[in-house]
Amino acid sequence: MNAAMNWIEIGSVSDIPRRGARVVKVADGDIAVFRTGNDEIYALRDRCPHAGGPLSAGIVHDRRVTCPLHGQISDLGSGQAQGPEGGCARTLPVRVANGTIRLGVET
Amino acid sequence: MTKQRLILVGNGMAGIRTLEKVLARVPDHYGITVFGAEPHLNYNRIMLSPVLAGEKTFDQIILNGHDWYEKHGIALHAGDKVVGVDRAARTVTSASGLTLGYDKLLLATGSSPVVLPVPGRDLPGVVGFRDLSDVEAMVAAARTGTHAVVIGGGLLGLEAANGLALHGMDVTVLHLMPTLMERQLDEAGGEDIVFRDAARGVHKRVILRDNRVAGAVLYGDTRDGPWYFQLLRDGEDISALRDTLIFGQGVGAVASDPFAAVAALADTAEVCGCNGVRKGAIVAAIREKGCCSIDDVRTHTKASASCGGCTGLVEKLLAHALGDSYKTESGAKPVCKCTTLTHGDVRRLIKVELLKSIAAIMQRLEWSTAEGCASCRPALNYYLLAAWPGEYKDDQQSRFVNERLHANIQKDGTFSVVPRMWGGLTTPAEPRAIADVAEKFAIPTVKVTGGQRIDLLGVKKEDLRAVWTDLNAAGMVSGHAYGKSLRTVKTCVGSEWCRFGTQASMAMGVKLEKMCWGSWTPHKVKLAVSGCPRNCAEATIKDFGVIAVDSGWELHVGGNGGLVVRACHLLCKVETEAEVMEYCGAFLQLYREEAHYLERTAPWVERVTMDYVRARIVLDPEHRELPHHRFLLSQKYEQIDPWAERAAHGVDAHEFAPLARIG
Repeated sequence: MNAAMNWIEIGSVSDIPRRGARVVKVADGDIAVFRTGNDEIYALRDRCPHAGGPLSAGIVHDRRVTCPLHGQISDLGSGQAQGPEGGCARTLPVRVANGTIRLGVET
Repeated sequence: MTKQRLILVGNGMAGIRTLEKVLARVPDHYGITVFGAEPHLNYNRIMLSPVLAGEKTFDQIILNGHDWYEKHGIALHAGDKVVGVDRAARTVTSASGLTLGYDKLLLATGSSPVVLPVPGRDLPGVVGFRDLSDVEAMVAAARTGTHAVVIGGGLLGLEAANGLALHGMDVTVLHLMPTLMERQLDEAGGEDIVFRDAARGVHKRVILRDNRVAGAVLYGDTRDGPWYFQLLRDGEDISALRDTLIFGQGVGAVASDPFAAVAALADTAEVCGCNGVRKGAIVAAIREKGCCSIDDVRTHTKASASCGGCTGLVEKLLAHALGDSYKTESGAKPVCKCTTLTHGDVRRLIKVELLKSIAAIMQRLEWSTAEGCASCRPALNYYLLAAWPGEYKDDQQSRFVNERLHANIQKDGTFSVVPRMWGGLTTPAEPRAIADVAEKFAIPTVKVTGGQRIDLLGVKKEDLRAVWTDLNAAGMVSGHAYGKSLRTVKTCVGSEWCRFGTQASMAMGVKLEKMCWGSWTPHKVKLAVSGCPRNCAEATIKDFGVIAVDSGWELHVGGNGGLVVRACHLLCKVETEAEVMEYCGAFLQLYREEAHYLERTAPWVERVTMDYVRARIVLDPEHRELPHHRFLLSQKYEQIDPWAERAAHGVDAHEFAPLARIG
């Protein structure tokens, strides 16, 4: 990692429903923060690589999310979309400590 | 008579298929010996990718078992490679030192894959992808290694990469060309027409030369393969078809008949490209040899026995030839890839095993995924809701976004909002309030819908609750335009105003809507009431349509508009308004309890037959009363305006507000 990381507190794990997501508003576009059934937290750009749909509104199953617009499935860990079209949503680093989520933003 | 000696070198698909043909034509003519370099029975090499991916076992891709070799008296030397042929002496010699004489020699050894001529090509861990030993080497490497490099991004290379990734390897694909699979997808030369639907995984490309089909690549939807192939072989001028060519043969009028495409196919049209089987041969096997399943057809004709790409087409030929007596494999498809059980199985087992949560279903019914997928979770949530009204707690995270947010997501991520207008009636105050909302929230589009209400399009998620607050204040509630639920009850003006009206259709429509709103159903449900047989409310293409006649009401069921228009079936005629309500509740409840998720009433009625529906609802009053009562019972828990809950009572607040803002 070249740039220094700024770890910004965005809320607590319990603010996000299990198998759900919430949005963090950032000047250059939304970020979707997911909580899996196992309470793992992942952050992705809230744009499906297929047609730009809001991944935060999708159905979360295991470590994946299905986009609400056309059903494209993306991996939460890598942002990689399945299927012949592929594509990738950018991932952002997150840290969880004592139930508090921090998002890594390059300074 | 002594038999001629035939030696086949190569125990693969082409060689053995040739032997099958030879045996069919001259059954006792040859004494046959087969040499194969691989120590295996004849197997389907095309299916090695699924074996690598763990979707099939090796046993499942064996084409000819020991019994087949025995039955035909064939001596098989598997794992003994032929190393020499002496044409003068008419003998072959194998690696083990065996020398056998022949009268006829058939060489079907296939080819070896190209391996890059670079230093290190012989090192351990460098394998091609051609036979079972390669697959075994890759699976073994995946157990210990963490990173794989696949050289070549064609179809096979990508299948190998996918298989290795499924074994947990971190895979890198190196490819010479700028795009992957360019040989399959980007044929150069000529003109081409391309259709892509990425979400469904469908890619079709038809290559033309001088208005004639020169080639076609179909991925995801291969139904029209034989048709394109026929056009190619016949060299037919397709100028007249050009506009719709890419959509396939079933386009236009014939689309409503699922068998139109197979019926139209010539007997000489090739159905199975792998084994060169034509439609005529398959139909003959069904008619004359009594084939009544895919497996029968495979055994008798070899169609669909190799790559399996034509299985759907063969199923259609079976269904077309056998009619109702054929139970398609697709008719009993599993709910999704997470299970082998069908929708019917799951609905039954929920009741029998008293399963009361999604987790319980997945555990008891041995789901293959921990948390299901976006197909099965909404289905299970609905089945539980329908099975245990008032008891099962709706799982919001298993609902599609529209049903979670109670608004309809649009392509740009904004939402549309449609308040209910009972029976299509409104007041001066309601449109005034809608107009105020549209201006206040700068809603870009206001549209009158086909269901006689007003749609506000382009509402931002953050504004939804404030929009609903204002609409609620004017007495309006959710129209459920986003849900698998009752949408609209469309009415004509009826006897209250119309010169021709025989009954009060508007009042009847409002009554029906008040009874049915709020209910979750397998798919969307639309009703209509017409005040006379002129049927201005189009009640004969609705899920439940009512048409007033002089002596009472005609009830029509199982129709819809949409992709395939289906006119309703007449259920019966009734005399009183109370009967209309009871039949409607009973019909909807039967549908709620028995249809598959995402199955509209039209295909459901088609599947269970109209006779069944009549038997359950018309013929026996008790049969009708009970489901009607169950409908009313479940409605007790459903008729709560979801907009008011969220706008005024803070339900699901996390859905509407961002978690945080940065910068």
